[in-house]
Amino acid sequence: MLKKTYIIAVLCLCIAMMYACSKNQDNEVPADVNIAFRVPANFPAPAYHFEDNKLTNAGFALGKKLFYDARLSADKSVSCGSCHQQFAAFANLDHKVSHGVENCQGKRNAPPLFNLAWQKAFFWDGGVKNLETSPLNAFTDTCEMRTDIATVIAFLKQTAPYPELFQKAFGTTDINSQLILKSLAQFTGVLVSGNSKYDQVVRKENSAAFTSTELAGYNLFKDKCASCHTEPFFTDFSYRSNGLDVQSADEGRSHITGVATDFGKFRVPTLRNIEYTSPYMHDGRFYSLDEVLEHYNSGVKPASNLDPLLKNGIPLNTLEKEQIKAFLKTLTDHEFIKNTLYSES
Amino acid sequence: MKFSYYLLACLCPIILFSSCKKSNDEISPDTKSSFTIEFENQVSGSPLVLNTATYKNANGDDFKINVFKYYVSNIKLSKADGSSYAIPESYFLIDASKSESTHITLNDVPAGDYTKIEYTIGVDYARNFAGAQTGALDPINGMFWTWNSGYIFVKLEGTSPQSKAANNLLTFHIGGVVDPNNTIRTFATDINAANPLRVRADGKPNMHFIVNAGALFTGKTNINFGTLNFTMGGANSVLVADNYANGMFRLDHIHN
Ligand code: HEC
Ligand code: HEC
Repeated sequence: MLKKTYIIAVLCLCIAMMYACSKNQDNEVPADVNIAFRVPANFPAPAYHFEDNKLTNAGFALGKKLFYDARLSADKSVSCGSCHQQFAAFANLDHKVSHGVENCQGKRNAPPLFNLAWQKAFFWDGGVKNLETSPLNAFTDTCEMRTDIATVIAFLKQTAPYPELFQKAFGTTDINSQLILKSLAQFTGVLVSGNSKYDQVVRKENSAAFTSTELAGYNLFKDKCASCHTEPFFTDFSYRSNGLDVQSADEGRSHITGVATDFGKFRVPTLRNIEYTSPYMHDGRFYSLDEVLEHYNSGVKPASNLDPLLKNGIPLNTLEKEQIKAFLKTLTDHEFIKNTLYSES
Repeated sequence: MKFSYYLLACLCPIILFSSCKKSNDEISPDTKSSFTIEFENQVSGSPLVLNTATYKNANGDDFKINVFKYYVSNIKLSKADGSSYAIPESYFLIDASKSESTHITLNDVPAGDYTKIEYTIGVDYARNFAGAQTGALDPINGMFWTWNSGYIFVKLEGTSPQSKAANNLLTFHIGGVVDPNNTIRTFATDINAANPLRVRADGKPNMHFIVNAGALFTGKTNINFGTLNFTMGGANSVLVADNYANGMFRLDHIHN
């Protein structure tokens, strides 16, 4: 009798293990898919060069596995994906500021991750200059994953199937920081969002057309917002103050440049997928687009480095706000947000 | 007669040797060889002993050093005729706590007599912003700023009773490549033409540099630890870089 239970137990374990194994395999890219970096027709040439980091299914799959692996953090609770969630276009839903190990609260809102291959600088203050080196701060920041690269490497070397995955991706099991960062860049760099309704209208695809409200919103947007939130990325990648505070609590850009006139300036954020990336602004102070629009309408503060374009705010009546909001929602790329290739499996 | 036999016997090897020497001196431009550099860390003339020894800066402040690390990169050698050779991919991190790091080997250097050496104290502009690096430039070495891309060129940490920072700490992380706070400095020194760096197929010369950690704190601006005990890039880092640009390295001698 005992023997029988034992056999059944072993059988169960085997099945469970098989299931776990097959689950593991889900991390890999389906055989019929070829991971590629695609430049949408309405985008310019990218800044990041995959020629120097040859994109492969195995490299991408490894990067994705690392991205979702919370075991890399100090208390094994936080992965890249904890703060950069796909359903929020890889921003952090409902978190004003980032939330790291042991519930530590950071000082800035996690930006969404897409179209990074076109960015020349990263972070709200532009401090980081290369896509490949941008995860380093998250690994080491005491308020994010609070670990160090040596610990991460040691963990990966002794944890299956990582050595095998590095072998597949880079032909070596000699794991180092460069390979970790290159594989992460293969994952984050491939995250391209360029198939929203707006894109289809612009590219005249699938006979897509704006509704009259959306079109009115688009025209208002071009008139009032596009000088900073410039198409096709909906940012000109400059650093500006949009008058959130008279005296900013966060130094912003001047922390990097040391230039006083950069105090309280932050990178103009993209507005793609804005419907899903709340809360908004560098400190996540606004929860809704209504609050954001009301800020431009009536809340712009006379900050010392306030952008001259916003000197008088941007007066918007109720109808105009609705129209702009309708347009902003055409920037949602549902295909991107639901693409299972990017999901934790 | 016997005497002259002896003389011949003695002379032969000498002639042989000197003829050997002669053929060595005919340097084929295709011959490549190596040389080594030793960096001997000191503080104003005394050996650098981490953690325990107490030193005095030019301002009269006492201090101890716990960490002393620096980059030497883009090494370039020149000959008397003005031609030069830039050693590709020459990036070295010297760490006073790792004695093996204080001896570096430069391989595949064209044979020749070099009369000048120059190098960057730190890392060139481009690599500060490049993608993930390995070797000396691997961020694992703790010389890369993760929040403001770029390398720490010279890192000195320690303590001073005069420091007003918590635990009397001294934190000098010198780096930054953007004007007006660019801290890239180049060091160059002529080599005595009578004893140049002789790179030969069968000779591996060694250059011996004295490195003075105390040079960070004296020169253009003498540093007072009461007022400056912490810098991580920015204007104060420029003060320190201007100090060490000339005072940190001194070519002591060459063994050919
Ligand atoms: C604790 C939350 C948290 C974790 C974990 C985290 N990030 Fe971030 N990430 C942020 C925040 C906050 C910022 C913005 C930092 C700033 O502006 O100072 C950011 C910025 C970035 C950026 C730059 C985006 C841009 O547009 O400038 C990239 C790329 C990035 N993270 C990738 C990663 C990767 C890869 C990992 C895992 C290794 C990771 N992050 C882990 C919160 C997090
Ligand atoms: C003068 C430049 C400028 C103009 C004009 C401007 N913005 Fe902004 N916008 C910014 C900056 C800078 C930020 C980020 C501020 C911060 O976080 O400190 C921002 C942030 C936002 C955000 C939050 C995005 C996020 O992911 O957190 C939204 C939404 C937004 N703007 C919409 C608009 C709309 C709609 C208009 C036109 C009515 C507009 N902006 C006009 C510069 C501008």
